Amino acid sequence: MNDPVYDVAPWLVLLPLAWAGLAFVWGPGRGARLALAGTALQLLLTLRLAAELLSLGGRRHAVGGWGAPLGIDLAVDGLSMTMLLLTQAVAFAVFIYARAYFTDRSADGDGHGARNHFWPLAGFLLAAMNALYLSADLFNLYVTLELLGLAAVGLVAAGGNAAQVSAALRYLLVSLLASGAYLLGVALIYGSYGTVALSALPLMSADAPLAVALAAALMGVALLLKTALFPFHFWLPPAHGGAPAPVSALLSALVVKATFYLFLRLGLGLFAPLGETIAWLPGLLGSAAIFWGSWQALRAQRLKMLVAYSTVAQLGYLFLIFPLLAPDGLALQAGVMQALSHGLAKAAMFMTAGVFLQVSGRDAVADLAGVAGRLPVTLFAFGLAGVTLMGLPPSGGFLAKWLLIDAALAQGRWGWAAVVIAGGLLTALYVFRVVRQAFASTEARPPLAPVPRTLEWTAFALAAASVLLGLRGMEVLHLLDVGAAS
Amino acid sequence: MSSGLVYAVVGVLLFVLGAAGMLLLPHLLRKILAFNLLGSGAFLILVGLAQRDGGVDPVPHAMVLTGIVVAVAATALALALLRRLHALSGRTQLADESADE
Amino acid sequence: MNRALRAAVVLGAGLLAALLVAAILALPVPAVRLPALVAAHLPASGVTHPVTAVLLNFRGYDTLLEVAVLALALVGLLAQSPPRELTHAPSPGEPVLPLLARVLVPFLILSAGYLLWAGAHRPGGAFQAGAVLAAAAVVLHLARLWPAWDRPGRGLRLGLVGGLLLFLAVAAALLAGGTLLRYPPQLAGTLILLIEIGLTVSLGLLLAGLFLFLAEPRSL
Repeated sequence: MNDPVYDVAPWLVLLPLAWAGLAFVWGPGRGARLALAGTALQLLLTLRLAAELLSLGGRRHAVGGWGAPLGIDLAVDGLSMTMLLLTQAVAFAVFIYARAYFTDRSADGDGHGARNHFWPLAGFLLAAMNALYLSADLFNLYVTLELLGLAAVGLVAAGGNAAQVSAALRYLLVSLLASGAYLLGVALIYGSYGTVALSALPLMSADAPLAVALAAALMGVALLLKTALFPFHFWLPPAHGGAPAPVSALLSALVVKATFYLFLRLGLGLFAPLGETIAWLPGLLGSAAIFWGSWQALRAQRLKMLVAYSTVAQLGYLFLIFPLLAPDGLALQAGVMQALSHGLAKAAMFMTAGVFLQVSGRDAVADLAGVAGRLPVTLFAFGLAGVTLMGLPPSGGFLAKWLLIDAALAQGRWGWAAVVIAGGLLTALYVFRVVRQAFASTEARPPLAPVPRTLEWTAFALAAASVLLGLRGMEVLHLLDVGAAS
Repeated sequence: MSSGLVYAVVGVLLFVLGAAGMLLLPHLLRKILAFNLLGSGAFLILVGLAQRDGGVDPVPHAMVLTGIVVAVAATALALALLRRLHALSGRTQLADESADE
Repeated sequence: MNRALRAAVVLGAGLLAALLVAAILALPVPAVRLPALVAAHLPASGVTHPVTAVLLNFRGYDTLLEVAVLALALVGLLAQSPPRELTHAPSPGEPVLPLLARVLVPFLILSAGYLLWAGAHRPGGAFQAGAVLAAAAVVLHLARLWPAWDRPGRGLRLGLVGGLLLFLAVAAALLAGGTLLRYPPQLAGTLILLIEIGLTVSLGLLLAGLFLFLAEPRSL
């Protein structure tokens, strides 16, 4: 049942749960070092797991030794492995940043309430994402979705001002409605097949019972709601744009990717036949998301709101892959590369927004005038992240969009390629809007508060990584060739 | 129609009522109650379908126990947020925040 | 929300209900029969009640995550309750409720203990026992015999997540041996009881906390 090689995968769930619990016992605001140590260990374990995956193939871990369908199976293949790597890497950088961000000096009202509860909530969030990527059981996935949703909502609300609480409530209600729909889907699957283990479920055939088609629709809509695909994006900008910067970075870079991953996993697997017949729909919504999100980002007054709308737009690219999925694997590679590079770049972008906020106490794009000369590292980090989002070479974003265009042209479908290019131009417009403002000369030079260099350099490191990813991207994508264990 | 199916059909009605309530009712407390209705509906369907031929299936029972605890946790968090929102702003409804600022 | 949108929601809900009922009435016979599998492996699970066996052994991993959800909700809730002044003076109030509470609470604690013990072989277990304990705390609070809770001290914090940490410790010890939550058959019953005792205490505190941390301080 279990491999002779010792399996490290379940530690990726136990470790963050343990440090979250211990940080809570330790007390409000405590536990940063514990969290950093735990996340560093998780990062090492993830790297080891990736190495094992490349040499031994996909892994399966039967929890309790029972095996599906009686027990719950954990499974790792190339797709989940890339997401696990992204999650631990971004989380580690964001946590270093957060430790410097949530100090007593953060007098901008952005940090105080959040500081006290950040570490336990972040631990639960990380455990939820790792558990989601590992799970091969539809009901267990429901529990991980709830853990993820409540942790994210708790983090948004922890700042404690009215706008944050209001955004968190909207997010929570959307999340709960979606979870309810997902759970109903699980109930229908269990009623039809008598099991919820992915490995024991038959792929949906053309003559599948109506209940299974309904389950696919309910679960699909639920995951799109949680991923904030246009037109379900309405909850995302206030939540991601209103939360403290480290929280925004975690949510925009990682949390929405988790539900996208599940949508992709179920669309490629269990519900593949249905997925193929309506694959144009996510593609169409993704295109709409690119245009609508970019347009709103161009109009946004606050920098964090601009970055949040940019997330709405960039999520759209993830869904462009569905009409282009083909045996050549180009579209899948494009989607994964987009998830990875956007994860790194968007975390970096929210972190730079946090630096601007801490330095000036203000968040309006107009207030950025003149910061270029005073915060060069941070501005450069913002620019590098922008390069990835625009899709300029040699960034990871470039690789993703190039693969996507390649996939579209290989099938002679010019329309999708045109959407990708137009989206890149729109992205350039809103990124340059910020950069131009930063270089604008200004009479008023309000005093800038000193800012820990950790904040600037962690943001820079992630932004640089998002660009460099383009150079080594194809090697990372080799992981996708690792199939699931039987 | 077996008793399991009756439970499942009632569950469908509860689920749909709850979903419509979450979308249509403006007061947040009602939205939270509607969510509980929706959750109970899903639980009834899960258990009802599994024992539609009369036998008892312990697996959905355990799942529903898990689901109930999750629903309690979510409800408590939602109520805490609602109280906080009310204390801060006096509001019990979500403002229409579709505009940017 | 405008009228057309409301009508669309109502219409959509009706359509969904009709489709769901039609789907439910046309369900095929499931291919997998889990009850038989549960029954076949029950002797090796360490308990004799099938639901408890599923909850803590076959699908014990779900339960581990579920306890985390509850602990997480409490942390999120604590972040929403700012520090406040608590008065500890018992108010005169009316006499019936306190008397009832004093009679009721010992029985509630006794039933919680029974439910915990009974879980191994009949309906019951840590969740039911924890819920009854929490109910006892709520009754005491409503009878004004127990204050609302403010910031939890380290002892209470340990109690709140102790059950989760104990569960994690058992899971980690078993994982160190090779497989997550794979109980050795001869130890399964003991380990499950240990986890359930920890969970009963923590779940009681967590569920009581969801109420008492939110309770109006002036009601005492």
